[in-house]
Amino acid sequence: MTTETPPAAALRFAGVSKRFKDGTVALADADLTVAPGEFVSVVGPSGCGKSTLLRIASGLDDVTGGEVDVHSTSVGYVFQDATLLPWRSVRDNVRLLAELEGMGRAERDRRVADAIELVGLSGFEKHLPHELSGGMRMRTSLARSMVLAPDVFLFDEPFGALDEITRERLNDELLRMFVQRGFAALFITHSVAEAVFMSSRVLVMTPRPGRIKTEVAVPFAYPRDPEIRYSAEFAALCGEVSHHLRDA
Amino acid sequence: MSLESVPLDSVNPPAGSAPAVAGTPAVLTPDATIPRRRAVNGFVNRFLLPFPVFAVFIGGWYLVTWLALTPQQRFMLPYPHEVVKVGFLNWSNLKDILEALRYTCTVTFIGLGISIVLGVAAAILMNQAKWLENGLYPWAVVLQTVPILALTPVLSFFFGFALTSRTIVCVVIAFFPIVSNTLFGLQSVDRGMHELFALHRTGRFTRLWKLQLPAALPAMFAGFRVAAGLSVIGAIVGEFFFKQGNAGLGTNLSVYSSRLEGERLWATTLVASLLGIAVFVFFGWLSRRVVGRWYQPNRG
Repeated sequence: MTTETPPAAALRFAGVSKRFKDGTVALADADLTVAPGEFVSVVGPSGCGKSTLLRIASGLDDVTGGEVDVHSTSVGYVFQDATLLPWRSVRDNVRLLAELEGMGRAERDRRVADAIELVGLSGFEKHLPHELSGGMRMRTSLARSMVLAPDVFLFDEPFGALDEITRERLNDELLRMFVQRGFAALFITHSVAEAVFMSSRVLVMTPRPGRIKTEVAVPFAYPRDPEIRYSAEFAALCGEVSHHLRDA
Repeated sequence: MSLESVPLDSVNPPAGSAPAVAGTPAVLTPDATIPRRRAVNGFVNRFLLPFPVFAVFIGGWYLVTWLALTPQQRFMLPYPHEVVKVGFLNWSNLKDILEALRYTCTVTFIGLGISIVLGVAAAILMNQAKWLENGLYPWAVVLQTVPILALTPVLSFFFGFALTSRTIVCVVIAFFPIVSNTLFGLQSVDRGMHELFALHRTGRFTRLWKLQLPAALPAMFAGFRVAAGLSVIGAIVGEFFFKQGNAGLGTNLSVYSSRLEGERLWATTLVASLLGIAVFVFFGWLSRRVVGRWYQPNRG
């Protein structure tokens, strides 16, 4: 048992800047906080350094200035691409990260089965990635991260390549997992509607060099009814975010 | 949404899976019909189309022998039916060829085996350390380009005139495509995959074993296939120079050509080509067995 009080932030960026070797400044003085159990989205023009935020949060990239705190025992990261190993079946792909983390076999098998059921892939365990649709590949990728039960989850436009119907469906299901598992999420997207539907706060970034320009609070309570997408309030919020984006 | 339902975005549901959600549009599975058509096309393309070319080749052979050579010169390129009659229908001649084939196969497979082990090992080392790649790869290229003729006196001095020297020639010729293809395969793993492994601080051995080697398999097999053909050539060239011990196809080629025995020379040449084709086809089959399940080169 630890006597520490839980940290106020699962993820905190303070004045973070990132300059690449070629001189490009991807981030300038970016501040953001994600509380434990909070779902925060980031929208911004393409090339504004949204993905760089996640790469820094996960440790794939380091900062050239500022401070990053990640209070987490396990960070999940879902890439734009499903990045499945083409020679592994759905089940074996879902097992991969647990394998890399050296999880015990019994524990691993139990969690893999749970994760496959959680993302709705029961019955597809033996399929190879090339036999799956884009949406199912993404589900597999989600399940792979879910196995490690992350308390901080980074999403890099995970549904950007999917058609509208599939995307909305996966949005609904990801929110269901969010409510069920209670992780903190930082979700990058270029879909305003997706950002509003998923999160309790939407951060709008400026074009390069990226910084957080403004934030829009989304008052809908979780769990969210898919029907709120068609409410006037939802439309108004999307409008507000879009205006900020245009002025960004 | 209930958990048990099949995802809307599914294709190719497994047989006996939960029934599709009510209102789901019929799932399109054009794939079901494609494999059969592809198989038929594959059969036509692979086995029937080469035949007209074969007929043209044989016709051209007859023409050259008939028109370009006087009867006194025809020992150089006898008519195809003469080659078949003397080389294959005469049991004692055929027995020579088959026995030679056996020894050539031995050299080919030993040489190819050694090439695969050494080549894959060298490529893995080069992939693990950039300085090794920079230091070794140019010499692998040199090994490929050096005329094997120049090496024969040295080889015979150190390793004699029999199996060892033959095998070395074989390895020298077959080694390079294995190294270069394996290295290429190990290095062309998707960056996203590497980052996935990096996120979990995976050691380089695990990364090699679980990511790079499986990902490199299609390229490796392409290399093995080329090397298999080359190792037949290597074995025959080796036998051509190192004639002690059992006579292989190369040994016989050298003997027949010095005795101006055109029929047996060409019969042996045909058998040598067939051996090359056989190992090539074998490795193609093996490749499809091992990686064909998940690796489909973009065709059609």
